[in-house]
Amino acid sequence: MAQTQVAVQDVSDQLIEKYGYDDHFHEHHHGDKFQTNFITHYIFSMDHKMIGKQFLITGMFWAFIGGLMSLIFRLQLGFPEENMAWLQPFLGKWIVLNDAGIGSISPEFYYAMVTMHGTILVFFVLTAGLSGTFSNFLIPLQIGARDMASPFLNMLSYWFFFLAGVVLFFSLFLSTGAFSGGWVAYPPLSALPQAASGSGAGMTLWLLSLTLFVVSVLLGGINYVTTIINMRTKGLSMWRLPLTIWAFLITAVIGLLSFPVLVSGFLLLFFDRSVGTSFYLSEIYIGGQALDHVGGSPILYQHLFWFLGHPEVYIIILPAMGIVSEVLAIHSRKPIFGYKAMVFSILAIAFLSFLVWAHHMFVSGINPYMAMIFVLFTLIIAVPSAVKVFNWIATLYGGSIRFNSANLFSIGFVSMFISGGLTGIFLGNSAIDIQLHDTYFVVAHFHIVMGVAAFFGTFAGVYHWFPKMYGRFMNEFLGKIHFWFTLIGAYLIFWPMHYLGIAGVPRRYYSFDTFETFSHFSGMNQFITIAAILVFVVQLVFVINFFYSIWYGKKVKVKNPWGATTLEWTTPINVGHGNWPGKIPTVHRWSYDYSKGERDFISQIEPLSEEEKKEGVH
Amino acid sequence: MNSNTKTRSKGIEPEVFGLWIANGSILMMFAAFTSAYIVRQAQGNWLEFRLPEWFFWSTLIIVASSFTIHFAYKNFLSRNIQMYKKLYLITFVLGVLFVITQYLGWLAMNDSGVELTGNPAGSFVYVISGVHALHVLGGLAALAVGVLKMYLLPDGFSQKRKTRFKMMVHYWHFVDILWIYLLLFFILQ
Repeated sequence: MAQTQVAVQDVSDQLIEKYGYDDHFHEHHHGDKFQTNFITHYIFSMDHKMIGKQFLITGMFWAFIGGLMSLIFRLQLGFPEENMAWLQPFLGKWIVLNDAGIGSISPEFYYAMVTMHGTILVFFVLTAGLSGTFSNFLIPLQIGARDMASPFLNMLSYWFFFLAGVVLFFSLFLSTGAFSGGWVAYPPLSALPQAASGSGAGMTLWLLSLTLFVVSVLLGGINYVTTIINMRTKGLSMWRLPLTIWAFLITAVIGLLSFPVLVSGFLLLFFDRSVGTSFYLSEIYIGGQALDHVGGSPILYQHLFWFLGHPEVYIIILPAMGIVSEVLAIHSRKPIFGYKAMVFSILAIAFLSFLVWAHHMFVSGINPYMAMIFVLFTLIIAVPSAVKVFNWIATLYGGSIRFNSANLFSIGFVSMFISGGLTGIFLGNSAIDIQLHDTYFVVAHFHIVMGVAAFFGTFAGVYHWFPKMYGRFMNEFLGKIHFWFTLIGAYLIFWPMHYLGIAGVPRRYYSFDTFETFSHFSGMNQFITIAAILVFVVQLVFVINFFYSIWYGKKVKVKNPWGATTLEWTTPINVGHGNWPGKIPTVHRWSYDYSKGERDFISQIEPLSEEEKKEGVH
Repeated sequence: MNSNTKTRSKGIEPEVFGLWIANGSILMMFAAFTSAYIVRQAQGNWLEFRLPEWFFWSTLIIVASSFTIHFAYKNFLSRNIQMYKKLYLITFVLGVLFVITQYLGWLAMNDSGVELTGNPAGSFVYVISGVHALHVLGGLAALAVGVLKMYLLPDGFSQKRKTRFKMMVHYWHFVDILWIYLLLFFILQ
């Protein structure tokens, strides 16, 4: 086995030398320009691989913070009667002590944690941490480019994200607290500084942070699209692209079309907050005083927000789908089933994602006839989604499946996507949504289908491409522990929530002690909280495995340890700037030639054989 | 951008391509504003008023500036240096005049009783034209850098300069067409 792989490696070098394209890159000393010292190499790097790692590690930091926040509000939900005074050294005044010295989490802080958890996970972790990491790392490597179209804009993209993080992090330490009106920031809670303690300075910083974040997404997106369209190597037509690249391309396009709409919504919100206009506000009394704002409509904000908000969930899930398609095919040693159907379903999902936003607003008072149209489009999304699920399962069917961590997480993704997707059919119906809206059923649905599933896609990608990132493997044993506990733990957290939701337990509530109806769910809430703590602890196993493996993991000995066909595995084990030391490889076939005839796999850089030319495939 | 990373040559430079993607994003932002305008208008309680006359002067000016920058570029390509510098400078002046007439328009609106914080019908016009003016200001900043370079650096023709000039021209046409769209939108609504 080892011998054949060494042989393959020699072949890849020879193939690049023979068929590669000489762009005279290394005669111009670009490598030196980008990596001369610590600062240009590790901090203000313009190398796409380093920027990808920066996104990944920053995303991990935010996932840790966001995860800790969820534990805090789960403690409140699971154990509202317990003494939380032990948290006072960390949380200070947000733990309120009563006369008997029994501490409890203050409601303002609880709501701030819920809001920040949503904001951080949706934007910082699953948008920047997922798409930012893998788009940056993989696009130039898999399309055979030296770097992004604009390395400078790419660097700015990371640093705008970093700045957005600094602003939001700062807002956590305000004496009035972070914004607490929910991650969707509906007015009037977000529009009136006097509405809640977090709606003042906390909301101002939230708006600033999110605006910086949008700048980051747009700079990144412009780069990804330009690079994929213009800088593919010779022979790499669109229909030969790996599905990862297709997914990153369409994700970037969705982001470029939807995030500007969010900025429009934010700008009008800013004018309402700070200038005194009335876009979203009308006839509001606070403390018995009528406000000056007349003639606004809070529903307007919901339209603008969800015009981004719904495509945003596809911005989160499409990269994960791309990664899973690639990882499943490689580790099942089979071509992806229905390649073109996969591409067209990505395109269909992207198109439909812009026509379904009002299904978040079924109980906001929209016309029932309008709702019918949105129900229709929402349910149609089930079709391309089902095509994808069918193709993943068909890819696995009959394959020689490797049950390593990367592939386990990919299979886990498919499981999560099915069980979370099915509940989407319930919620997409406006009639059923009247009962289920704003209950734990919704929480369970979107956490499974886009939260946990997107995390699984990220993990699959990290385990799979870690050898390319750091030249070492992650520990497989710890990886499997990570997988099984996360899979089971995630279901233990979110399955019970469906029952809470069907029973009508509303989400976002601080406490249920005044509702006799919900009192018998306290046991279930305790169970969920314990499962959540367990899953959080297991994620630390991943973090330890990740950082340990960077320095002490098993070294990668061959260029192409997984036996993959795509271009990133034709680069040296430790990739330098410019990605290929000599010529750029050219591409002669699609990216899924696995188990073809006698061959286990055929790299994309290998020209078609005479027989293949006669068949005329791909 | 690093020209040595290009392995494919297409009809359009990656830089110009990237610019149009950015323009697409900007267009989505205004599409959102104008859709919000329509949705809000449909809910009633809507103030009807005439657009200030200054906005029509703005339109004339920005359309003229599109022509001047177009011919500046033509002259730049044909190495008609005196003419290109003149036209480029005129474009910059017209751009400044556009922003000034916009400002005068806002003052006129305010004087006629349509205030920023009044009925959303007026607020929308202020905010939408204001955000557009910001995009023109962004273009003016780039033009200003161009003017400085034009006078401080020795004249030379390079692929890099040509691409930058081309991006400038495309962006300027874009904000021009965007303004015409917004004006027509305000009139027809």
